[in-house]
Amino acid sequence: MPIMNDTIQFNVGEHRLALEKALKMAPQDIVMEIRDAGLKGRGGAGFPTGTKWLLALSAVAEKKFVVCNADEGEPGTFKDRVLLDEYTNLVIDGMVIGGYAIQANEGILYLRGEYKYLLSKLEKFLKEKRENNQLGNNILGSGFDFDIKIRLGSGAYVCGEETALIESLEGHRGEARNRPPFPVNTGFMGYPTIVNNVETFASAAIIISKGADWFRKIGISKSYGTKLVSISGDCKKPGVYEVPFGISIRDLLKMVEAEDAKAVQVGGASGQCVPESQFDRKISFEDLSTGGSVMIFNKSRDMLHILRNFMEFFVEESCGQCSPCRIGNKKLLEGVELIEHGKCSYTYLNELLELGKSMQLASKCGLGQSSPNPFISILTNFENEVFSTR
Amino acid sequence: MIKDKFSRSPVSQQPHIIKTDDKGGIGSIVEVEINGRKIQVQMGTTILEACKQNNIHIPTLCYHEDLCLAGLCRICVVEIEGMRTLQASCTYPITNRMKILTSSEKVRKARRHILDLLLSEHYGECYVCHRNGNCELQALAKEYGVDGFRFGHITERRHKVDRSSYSVIRDMDKCVLCKRCVRTCIDLQEVGVLEATHRGYDTTISTFYDKPLADVICINCGQCINRCPTAALRANDPSDEIWEAIDNPQKHVVIQTAPSPRASIGEEFGLPAGTSMTKQLNTALRWIGFDRVFDTNFTADLTIMEEGTELLNRLKSKLVDGDTNIKLPQFTSCSPGWVKYIEHFYPDYLDYLSSCKSPQQMFGALIKTFYAQEHNIAPEDIVTVALMPCSAKKFECNRPEMNSSGFKDVDYGLTTREMAQMIKEAGINLPDLEGSTFDEPFGDASGAGLIFGATGGVMEAALRTVYEIVTGREVPFKNLEITPCRGFEGVRQASVRLEGTLPEWKFLEGIDLNFMIAHGTANAKKVMEALARGELENIHFVEIMACPGGCIGGGGQPIPTSPEIRKKRAEAIYSEDRNLEVRKSHKNPHIKYIYDKFLIDGPCGHISHKLLHTHYVKRGKFIA
Amino acid sequence: MLVSEKHGLTLEIEKLAEQYGRTRDALLPILQEIQMRHGYVSEFAQQEIANFLDIHPVEVYGVVTFYAFLSRKPEGRNIVRLCQTIACDLAGKEAIARAIERELNIKFGETTSDTKFTLEYINCMGMCDQGPALLINDDVYTHLTPHKAVEIIKSYK
Repeated sequence: MPIMNDTIQFNVGEHRLALEKALKMAPQDIVMEIRDAGLKGRGGAGFPTGTKWLLALSAVAEKKFVVCNADEGEPGTFKDRVLLDEYTNLVIDGMVIGGYAIQANEGILYLRGEYKYLLSKLEKFLKEKRENNQLGNNILGSGFDFDIKIRLGSGAYVCGEETALIESLEGHRGEARNRPPFPVNTGFMGYPTIVNNVETFASAAIIISKGADWFRKIGISKSYGTKLVSISGDCKKPGVYEVPFGISIRDLLKMVEAEDAKAVQVGGASGQCVPESQFDRKISFEDLSTGGSVMIFNKSRDMLHILRNFMEFFVEESCGQCSPCRIGNKKLLEGVELIEHGKCSYTYLNELLELGKSMQLASKCGLGQSSPNPFISILTNFENEVFSTR
Repeated sequence: MIKDKFSRSPVSQQPHIIKTDDKGGIGSIVEVEINGRKIQVQMGTTILEACKQNNIHIPTLCYHEDLCLAGLCRICVVEIEGMRTLQASCTYPITNRMKILTSSEKVRKARRHILDLLLSEHYGECYVCHRNGNCELQALAKEYGVDGFRFGHITERRHKVDRSSYSVIRDMDKCVLCKRCVRTCIDLQEVGVLEATHRGYDTTISTFYDKPLADVICINCGQCINRCPTAALRANDPSDEIWEAIDNPQKHVVIQTAPSPRASIGEEFGLPAGTSMTKQLNTALRWIGFDRVFDTNFTADLTIMEEGTELLNRLKSKLVDGDTNIKLPQFTSCSPGWVKYIEHFYPDYLDYLSSCKSPQQMFGALIKTFYAQEHNIAPEDIVTVALMPCSAKKFECNRPEMNSSGFKDVDYGLTTREMAQMIKEAGINLPDLEGSTFDEPFGDASGAGLIFGATGGVMEAALRTVYEIVTGREVPFKNLEITPCRGFEGVRQASVRLEGTLPEWKFLEGIDLNFMIAHGTANAKKVMEALARGELENIHFVEIMACPGGCIGGGGQPIPTSPEIRKKRAEAIYSEDRNLEVRKSHKNPHIKYIYDKFLIDGPCGHISHKLLHTHYVKRGKFIA
Repeated sequence: MLVSEKHGLTLEIEKLAEQYGRTRDALLPILQEIQMRHGYVSEFAQQEIANFLDIHPVEVYGVVTFYAFLSRKPEGRNIVRLCQTIACDLAGKEAIARAIERELNIKFGETTSDTKFTLEYINCMGMCDQGPALLINDDVYTHLTPHKAVEIIKSYK
């Protein structure tokens, strides 16, 4: 995996003692370490991991669960695939550490169905971990029991949302739940559950290995540590890169040798479409937040065509439960079609933009809350290009 | 309590379960500010509940008092200070101080947008819709001043209307996907016929493999219809055919009316729930053109005679003759939704059912035989209509075996809602009418027959008669009101000791007659599971009604329904019984008349068996 | 379905219910197994699964129709899924789509008459840096050209 400067963290060899170190700490100390490091969820939502783990640790229940969200479905995101394939140990150790921190004994790795080709490799890996006493009963003699089973997804992007994921695990349609209660309180089968992204667990293992202070020194503002970004689109060197938070789009483009970039979609289909004039903006939770997806579009690309692709994606992937998302996305897509046929007035465009704002506020889960993002951002930032000849 | 009631719904749809380490703990009071007003609520109260308690209006759509929470229409969203996104007030629990705005700019805009979206997908026009004037979507559109289709309006159907069932018709082009029907069928009734299928924009409420309703295990209870906010679900309305029959001078159209519609039809004319319209209804029916108006309570009394005797016969066979094949407890069989339920889900237990027909069907058989003969009317010219609170009775009257008269015993089942519609079409305002009595030869019936309408009523009526037959004395309850039978608890159990029995019934001396009452098929399931486990060995008689609340909560009753409304309807029934002179089935003089003149073999005799008893079908739950 | 087939399915599902549990959370693993072994989850299978897990058949149907990788109708022996999301789209998925359609003589959404192949679109499969990408059954193919795609498909029996 290509790396950038010397902020490399994802070096497996260096962190193989993370698990051992963690098991010698007290659970609450692990939680504090994660919290002090300022680790935020790496899947896109960016919720403070320490807070999540603290709430789960404080919950009183007969059992608790650790769920690794490997349902990487956001268009343009493929960094978890690389982590699971080549840095498996970090991820698994991270899960065990998470389990120990919140005092859960069961872990579930929810692997998206499209990554089923990784299944046998992962099962084999878990088997070896058990043989090495790093998984299962009495891990490394610590008295802590924790095991992991792998559950497959079945082709639904919405199951990347943590409560929809839990619903899927429980044998339901992947429809997001009402929150509160949150999974840390009432999660899988009603028990306290932490649902974290693959990269979050890997980062947790690294933090335990290298310490919160080290982690905190990297990054910008309140975005600490490094981020894996999966860069694709019109560039010479697509792939997964580890970058510090605070890196600008311009620097990313240079890194992957992108020429003639017109727009960069940060955060996948549910993210922001950044025009050239804003290429100095930075990857961070405060500015351009992303789960890792960075897609580059050069000057030959038709922005409306790209928008259509995104809206078709949402119409299909919406779970259909709540009205704003189910019907709203369809209306936004129809709006794109109207624009394509030169039949969308500015008045109606404004209606749709306002609708998008309501969807962002009233939808039941993150999918409907962010599906208007590309609609609003592309039609605002690229209005001239889209409308001038239609 | 609610956790037990909806134990099969996903966890998220239950109210927030407060764990003991939450700040403040269970039962503590939290102060919140809603629209600038300081309000105190119990920890865990949802924002919607808090607003209801304080007369603050928040519109809702998917929310329903009887059902588990959904939080998916997003109409009830409110703004909470400090939170970027709006929250659904129906599901959001108050656990700490917060400032809430129920109609801020963001809220109003979001609600209006959601309405516009729902309307853009809602096929058809209000003025050609049977829910015109009583539709929650229409009411919301009015409340929000909708005067145009902001996002367009579909002009072509996406689905086919399912008219396969005798009872329930589904028109999914009018569905707003509130999932109330799913929550009713899966959670409340535990029958499980409807569920959301497919995903995203293609999401549709449908049946197993999208089969017609008549081909799946729908029991026709119509509880889904009662809770549907729009015209997506309706009952199969035969009023056009009934008008035709009334307008046809050749036909002698006879109507029998059940107690529950009489206690509830006033709601369709703006009266509060629980205002009985029995006498006025008789006048209205004659005005409309029915040739005769009969009281179904007559055959309810008859059912008591037949079923009571059947029970005593079973007890005698078991206790005196030592017949081990006798099935006890005996289950009532007057609820056609319950009958179809047991035929599908517990087909091996059909022998436990009483062989008695329902009052409706008994009447049909008698009308086309006894009544036709007595009054020299050709039975083929008689059209029997039954006014029922029930949607399943439309299926029941079409059961192939329901023709003991040699003709279709009951031609049409008409619901309370449909009757109200016919009355309005005839230009009548029901509350304004003078009252009148029922027609002979069946006349006015007893109060025991009347209370069939409420859950526990059949049991109470049966006890009033059986106890007196066995002991010669009235049931030992003040004013004949057997309170252990009353109330809305899902499964109730009680007993009555038979002491001082008459010589003929000596074998019952000292025995506790143990009975159970259940309403709603989820509770029927509990009873049947207990039976399957062998736990009902000592129970003698069980009353089961498919609908929550009993018949007053039936699938043909006025919409909306709620626990409060059903309670009021039941009160109307019990108070009507209290004010009657004859309150025991066996004391109804018309009952004596019919046994003397026609059913001369007596209860459960040969003639009764031919006309008033039936058999059942092992349907099973496999969907072909 | 033949009686013997039904009986076999029932035994199969019973075994799966023992392995994964007889509660609702076993539903998805069981459905995935049946899908993998038979190419779809039949009406009969859905009812049997509902029986063993003590849920209603329509609930199983609701789950099967929700997920893209579960099918309620028989599909081809090999499911060919072409990624249609933007990165693969811009990398040339259109040409690949047409080439596959010409080769198999069916359109997307259809199954070949010899039931060898079902052709579907799929949304982002996570191969955005190496598109266009195909998923055939569980196998991932990337860096495709129209010719390569056709060769790969032909290699499936």
